[in-house]
Amino acid sequence: MSLQRKKFRYLGESLIEGNIKATASLAIVVIFLILFFILRESLPIFFNPEVQQEITFRHFFSGIQWQPVSDNPRFSLWPIILGSLKVTLIALLFAVPVAVAAALYSSEFAGGRLKELIKPGVELLAGIPSVVLGFFALVVMASFLKDLFGWQIRLNAINAGLALGFAVIPAIYSLAEDAINAVPKSFREAALGLGATPWQSATKVVLPAALPGVSAAVLFGMGRAVGETMVVLMAAGNAPLFSFNPLESTRTMTATIAAELGEVVFGSGHYHALFFIGLVLFAVTFAINLASHALFEGLMTRLYGARK
Amino acid sequence: MNNKRRIGDNIRIGLTGSAVLLIAAILAVILGTIIIGGYKSLSCEFLTKPSTDGMTAGGIFPAIFGMVFSLLIMLIAVVPVGVATAIYLHEYARPGLLLTKLIRGAVNNLAGVPSIVFGLFGLGFFIQFIGGGLDHSLGQSGLFGQPCILWASLTLALMNLPMIIVATEEALRAVPQAERAGALALGATKWQTIRHVVLPQAVSGIMTGVVLTISRGAGEVAPIMFTGAAYYLPYLPKLPTDQFMTLGYHIFVMTTQSPDIDATVPIAMGATLVLLALTFSLNLVGIVIRSHTRSQLRKGR
Amino acid sequence: MKLKTIIFWTSLALVAILTCSFVMAGKAITLKGSDTLLLLGQRWAELYMQKNPGVVIQVTGGGSGVGIAALINGSTDICQASRSMKDSEKKKLRERYFNLGTEIPVAKDGVTIYINEKNPIEEMTLDQIRDIYTGKTTNWFQLGGPDAKIIVYGRENSSGTYVFFREAALKNADYTSSMQSLPGTAAVVNAVAKDRFGIGYGGAAYAKGVKEVAIKTAQGSFRPNAETVKSGQYPLARDLYWYVRGKPSGEIKKLIDWALSPEGQQVVAKVGYFTVK
Repeated sequence: MSLQRKKFRYLGESLIEGNIKATASLAIVVIFLILFFILRESLPIFFNPEVQQEITFRHFFSGIQWQPVSDNPRFSLWPIILGSLKVTLIALLFAVPVAVAAALYSSEFAGGRLKELIKPGVELLAGIPSVVLGFFALVVMASFLKDLFGWQIRLNAINAGLALGFAVIPAIYSLAEDAINAVPKSFREAALGLGATPWQSATKVVLPAALPGVSAAVLFGMGRAVGETMVVLMAAGNAPLFSFNPLESTRTMTATIAAELGEVVFGSGHYHALFFIGLVLFAVTFAINLASHALFEGLMTRLYGARK
Repeated sequence: MNNKRRIGDNIRIGLTGSAVLLIAAILAVILGTIIIGGYKSLSCEFLTKPSTDGMTAGGIFPAIFGMVFSLLIMLIAVVPVGVATAIYLHEYARPGLLLTKLIRGAVNNLAGVPSIVFGLFGLGFFIQFIGGGLDHSLGQSGLFGQPCILWASLTLALMNLPMIIVATEEALRAVPQAERAGALALGATKWQTIRHVVLPQAVSGIMTGVVLTISRGAGEVAPIMFTGAAYYLPYLPKLPTDQFMTLGYHIFVMTTQSPDIDATVPIAMGATLVLLALTFSLNLVGIVIRSHTRSQLRKGR
Repeated sequence: MKLKTIIFWTSLALVAILTCSFVMAGKAITLKGSDTLLLLGQRWAELYMQKNPGVVIQVTGGGSGVGIAALINGSTDICQASRSMKDSEKKKLRERYFNLGTEIPVAKDGVTIYINEKNPIEEMTLDQIRDIYTGKTTNWFQLGGPDAKIIVYGRENSSGTYVFFREAALKNADYTSSMQSLPGTAAVVNAVAKDRFGIGYGGAAYAKGVKEVAIKTAQGSFRPNAETVKSGQYPLARDLYWYVRGKPSGEIKKLIDWALSPEGQQVVAKVGYFTVK
């Protein structure tokens, strides 16, 4: 091969590598663009005097009412933050035990055949679009639960929380199972060798060893639950009540954006307030994800030493 | 004593097993309800006719058409970018490098951004900034600076980017290191190795990612609510700058906006059934290809 | 090589499509805005296009706010709105086009109070409705009904119906926080149909499977129908609007005139709203 061609080839190679590198960096760019454009639409609340006549930062945290369309609009985020927390908590209370127990069962106790059935089954649950879960909760589950328990309010936080639980079970399950599977076989062999029963080995040795990963799974599920939109929009009733009662109807941050953005006056205080909620959501889920990821990586390093 | 302990243990194990049963039951109840409520409305006409009489009769063809249209654009956008990113991460990047860490972090966090935030971003970035800017510079109004298939699909593409990246990386990992070494030793350049040795073997794994992405994209509603999905259209979209109807959003609209809910619920159930059948079969295909890839991975090691 | 060819052709196709849409746009009349008016706009468009081949009308929803924003930034010719323009919106329109636009009432709607069919109550005064929606009255017993908590349903706070109801029925007082706001009139009707002690409001066209409450005024008790809405006897009647920038002219004016003609207004009645004239 002539030197000329070699040079050309080298140039081509570095061109391709450069292109691939640039494309790969797009992910970083996108994250920053998201942050930038959500910020851009929420910042007028802080800097634009015209918008500030309608709404300032203080409004978000004073009072307990979300009442943006009013002679005296109130933009307190407390009721919808509480709503998000309430629904998320209910979803996790339901989903975490189920998902973690299922993960423990499938990786510690289930036989090979069954194991191969469980995972795809859970993945099928993950494959149900959230709008379908919302539809199910709104049209079928809400009335069923109401009649079963004699609740006064049909669309309430528990109804939405349960449906949300269906959506996060697969997420928690798959990460928790990964964590439990990551625990080396030698741990189990040692426990069994010392006379522990399989149950003791699973709960006293394997689960504690995998605990950071399981917590990561729970956090991951929490991020999903906080950010889920369609289920809560359809199933929670959306009353912006500042109430801790799970049997009241409730409104989350995501549902607030989804429901109100369509008809809001563009460029109004209300419009920017909705983007600010988006910013809060972005920040919260970002933090939760970072924590979840750090925990999981921490577990891997602990079990296998520093990798990569 | 020993016997007693074993019984207690078995009960506890059974309890954890019941969690699996519970998941199966949830799946069965949801599926059952929708199949029982929806199968009656399924017919050839249902799939090929538009909805009529204010969504209380007729079919769902425009929603299926719009969904396919938007998913195609989404794939055109997301697959090259996702595959390139995965190739970079797995084949080129040095793990310790700051850029590599940043990309990995970004991909992980992108996966965790709530879908509605993508919707806000699509509105602020694609429609108002890019679209509005294009319109402004072209000296006309209302072509790009409004919700349409293009922007909705690109929003979906960004949202699903991590999924393609993760699937592709896993597929690349399944290709034995020895094959690369062999190609390089024979004088192939790095790109030639990737292009002619690594990628062909990773194709099935990449397909898993593509299939799962389609399945997820088909069901997402929140990101497209404000970026292009229309409530009802009497005609099919022809261009990427038209608005479109899509199955997921159509289900939402039917259950919340129809003028006669009793007449609509069976249709909505039918539409849900179609959507579920689609996402499930795609997921199944994905799962099958993946278990195949994974067994390859095990052999490779 | 194959990969490169694919990439080449895809990008070529994309460019072609984009150019195409650039060339082809601008010929259609666009209607955009309120979801309440969407079905009506669609029917009008279909009929008008049948009668006038060559005219293309695009109708899309998104909400009154989206429609008005589109009118202001020029991305729609006609905005369909279920509420009148707010001052802030008018101001923006004037800043850009130096006029306030033209407001054309194209149909009337009677906002109806729905209750469950099993609920014995038949009529209410506006004050009673107001007390329910502001949270002063919380039990059906206070209205002569059964001793049960009133479950209040309403629309999303950005919808035109929400705004209108607040002005006309609540006299600008705020809704009670415990009102469940559902993302569509159908969802409200559905909720009231399933909830024995529920109450909701929305367009007259949607009232199926629920009971319409008659509203008691000094003149008598009225349910929403073509007569009472047109005469103004039904107190919760509202106009549905089309907005255009400046004065309507050319094809747009022809469309508006047709929509207001007896033929166009027939469509209004068919869809379930009430005619303007």
